Amino acid sequence: MTTNTYAYYPGCTLHATAKEYDVSARAVCEKLGIVLEELKDWTCCGASSAHTTNEMLAIALPARDLRTAEKMGKPLAVACALCFNRLKVTEHELADKSKLEAVKAMVGSDYANTAEVVHLLQILFDRRKSIPVTKPLKGLKVASYYGCMLVRPHEITQFDDPENPQMMDKLMTTLGAQPLEWDFKTACCGASLPFTRLDIVLKLSHRLLAQAQQLGADCLAVACPMCQFNLDMYQEAINQKFGDKINLPILYFTQLAGLAMGLSSHHLDMNKHFVDPMPMLGKKGLA
Amino acid sequence: MVTGTPVTPSPVSDLRTFVEKQSHQRILDCYQCGKCSAGCPIDYAMDLGPRQIMRLIQMGLKKEVMQSTTIWLCVSCETCSSRCPAKIDIAKVMESLRILATAEESPAAEKRIDIFHRSFLGVVKRYGRAHEFSLSAAYVLRTGAFSNMALVPKIVSKGKLAIMPPKVDGASWVKSVYSKTKSMRTDTPTAVKLKGKH
Repeated sequence: MTTNTYAYYPGCTLHATAKEYDVSARAVCEKLGIVLEELKDWTCCGASSAHTTNEMLAIALPARDLRTAEKMGKPLAVACALCFNRLKVTEHELADKSKLEAVKAMVGSDYANTAEVVHLLQILFDRRKSIPVTKPLKGLKVASYYGCMLVRPHEITQFDDPENPQMMDKLMTTLGAQPLEWDFKTACCGASLPFTRLDIVLKLSHRLLAQAQQLGADCLAVACPMCQFNLDMYQEAINQKFGDKINLPILYFTQLAGLAMGLSSHHLDMNKHFVDPMPMLGKKGLA
Repeated sequence: MVTGTPVTPSPVSDLRTFVEKQSHQRILDCYQCGKCSAGCPIDYAMDLGPRQIMRLIQMGLKKEVMQSTTIWLCVSCETCSSRCPAKIDIAKVMESLRILATAEESPAAEKRIDIFHRSFLGVVKRYGRAHEFSLSAAYVLRTGAFSNMALVPKIVSKGKLAIMPPKVDGASWVKSVYSKTKSMRTDTPTAVKLKGKH
């Protein structure tokens, strides 16, 4: 029997630019009887800057949160794909005894690196057959966008197929939506470059948005706050730069799950997006 | 690695030995098939492709590697690593080169990216968590890239930007870990070489 209680690590963005992810994740879990106990006094995992500067810092930061989860004795549910990646990498790196000893000296000698890290998508996917779909997402064509951090490196994240993952697509089918076959499921959106090389973000994000729109997608489903940020907030700039007319709402998979479970768009923070999903959802009779 | 044994101070192996030790990747396994460069989403913007970087490390051409934009533009999307037939985690290699650049304080070919990472880590050091508003302010003040603030009013109007920084008890722990890990100096080729001279 799988557990229904998880330690929960929202990560920094879920308290700010990805608020709607936090709100919808909590709402959906509550409806499914999944208890998310937020880690007390959690701190930043360091993504995506610490691992470019100092290896020890990059594993010590997530280790503190892993230790808190370990003490709670519950698997750690993670929402942000970047945090998920860094926590998994840390777990993997700490299999090295000398690194574990060095980290223990910083986070606490009782730490044993035994916490289990799970992404929210995995949790929902595993329970998809018991999701009460009261308002199927009929006629909604969804391009599932997994991004990089969930699926790679596969040896470490152990998450679905690194080139053609299916989890989100299958979840969308369960919700009554129509998953789209497309090429950019795991292509990079430009990651943390908007501040520094916006030109790259616009180019990379444009190519994937353009294909999704061309294939008739109504929206993208995402599991990463950084992808959501780039694809949603910069869509207007993308259209300006490339003379395109893309109009694709970028929704978290938890928001779509919530809709299908009959939660109101208000309860899923659908008003937080730059590309307003309400006209599209209204037209489809889904909101 | 945290501690290091002295490496052979020949110019050819210095860089390679460092990268191998830091990244735990077998650099000589690369046979230049080019799958990394073919799949890299940012290859078009780099002065040297990932395949070229691998070859330069093999040849020990440190200056060329360290002055490239490649090591800064790589966002660790891991596409190269997941497709490498020689099973080399190339993104990890890039990471080790950035760690080297930081440790040796060598000037970054993409200055703003370096400043961004420093600003980000500065905010986390101060508050224990990332805080987008402080990060934007720190970055813009250091670079003068005010265009980055253009979206701020809209983000604020969506209620998605916390103006006040987070307050967590763990912040003091985070600060202490910054100083502890800083003293665990990475053994850079230069450092090793200097050690050898004394």
